[in-house]
Amino acid sequence: MDGVNMSASFDADFVAQVQAASEQNLALCYQCGNCTAGCPYTFAYDIPVNQIMRLVQAGQKHKTLTCKSLWLCATCESCTTRCPNDIDVARIMDVLRHMARCEGHAPERAVKVFWDSFLESVRKHGRVFEAGLLAKYVARTGRVWTDFDLAPRIIPKGKLALKPHPVKGLQEMEKIFKRFEEQGGCL
Amino acid sequence: MRGHSFAYYPGCSGLGTSMEYDSSTRAVCKALFVELHDVPDWSCCGSSPAHTVDHVLSAALSARNLAKVESTGRETVITPCPSCLTNLRTAGHRMEKPEFRARVNSLLDTPCKGDVQAKSVLQILFEDVGLEMIAASVQKPLKGLKVAPYYGCIMNRPPEIMQFDDHENPMAMDRILAALGAEVVPFPLKVECCGASYGVARKDVVARLSSRLLDTAVSLGADVMATACPLCQMNLDLRQEQASQHSGRAYSMPVLYFTQLMGMALGVAEAELGFDKLCVSPARAFEAMAASTVANKQTERGSRV
Repeated sequence: MDGVNMSASFDADFVAQVQAASEQNLALCYQCGNCTAGCPYTFAYDIPVNQIMRLVQAGQKHKTLTCKSLWLCATCESCTTRCPNDIDVARIMDVLRHMARCEGHAPERAVKVFWDSFLESVRKHGRVFEAGLLAKYVARTGRVWTDFDLAPRIIPKGKLALKPHPVKGLQEMEKIFKRFEEQGGCL
Repeated sequence: MRGHSFAYYPGCSGLGTSMEYDSSTRAVCKALFVELHDVPDWSCCGSSPAHTVDHVLSAALSARNLAKVESTGRETVITPCPSCLTNLRTAGHRMEKPEFRARVNSLLDTPCKGDVQAKSVLQILFEDVGLEMIAASVQKPLKGLKVAPYYGCIMNRPPEIMQFDDHENPMAMDRILAALGAEVVPFPLKVECCGASYGVARKDVVARLSSRLLDTAVSLGADVMATACPLCQMNLDLRQEQASQHSGRAYSMPVLYFTQLMGMALGVAEAELGFDKLCVSPARAFEAMAASTVANKQTERGSRV
């Protein structure tokens, strides 16, 4: 991890925003490391979750919002469940990725493209259309060979529907997303 | 016999990659006198992508469905999928705060009161139907089948929201499988994450986490793994070869939904259980089980003579 000049880059607003949006008291974290010990994704993270908690306490907005870990947390709830001070750590990770998204940071681009394609599928059909979602993801990332090996395993099973199963209330679905955008939400 | 009746939320994968979970759930519920009423015009709960974008948006996608349940007058909705479950429950939990509920409702056409309870199919089978009824309904016991029960990460976590079973060592599926006559191995990674939805964007991550689960099931001598989650099943079954490539160990571990095993023991017609939808066929494990049952019977007869 690079050095951080804490006093020069302390951002009090950032700390307050994370606290308010997550409804968690960040000061309760005393760096016991239980969250990191139980996190199955630490091997893939650039910053382990307890250090993210410390960076947020220290108001290090840029360092926090640009890290890859935010895009690799699966919300498996291990950190939240095992925190001795009852901090909902997974909720804080969620809040941080909301903020990262709004500020345009997404160092794990493929993950963001997958999530975005998923939600667009929900917006358009009301339910996820799995084959369409994959086609969109491949078109956007150019990863044509992603999971190519799985095609002969899954296609004969007849499980991948070739057409979506749209809901009747398609307009209702569109309005949920539209109102969210109108209220300033970042998609 | 007095049955149970619930609103049923199948979840999107039930229409596709986990269709055998949906069909076996419906068949098992029918066999155990549990009436399911599909949520009218249900839509996606937003799964993981929605809550990573925004909590109000995520709750609104769930709340549209909870409002549909409210409109039918039912108090409890059940779902086989832990990801749907966690979204429905989290939305309900957060909407207890009027201010949050108002923000959610500002995105919806039909406001949601938020008083519908969401439970998993596993929970109602364990708590409402009960082990006694399940054991009494067994027609073909799963004698001799060694099963590793795998719950996945969010069926029981976080405990404040999920309110079901033990969050570190859940036992509901273990005890159901045991009631069916199976030999349940104590699986220490019951609640460890399999890699979730990163299969597409980061399959290296899924291969690593899933191979650890498969390794453990193999080392315990399990014939099959039982899952309760469509994503876990997909990672462990469809992506099993990717996990093998990662670890250098060739797995051939059938990964079934616990409802498929229940259906089998309850004598449900095989067409409804969808064993042919699995990538790793359970046929060998089932044959071995049948053979050991025959052998046991012969030994019993032999000892009587």
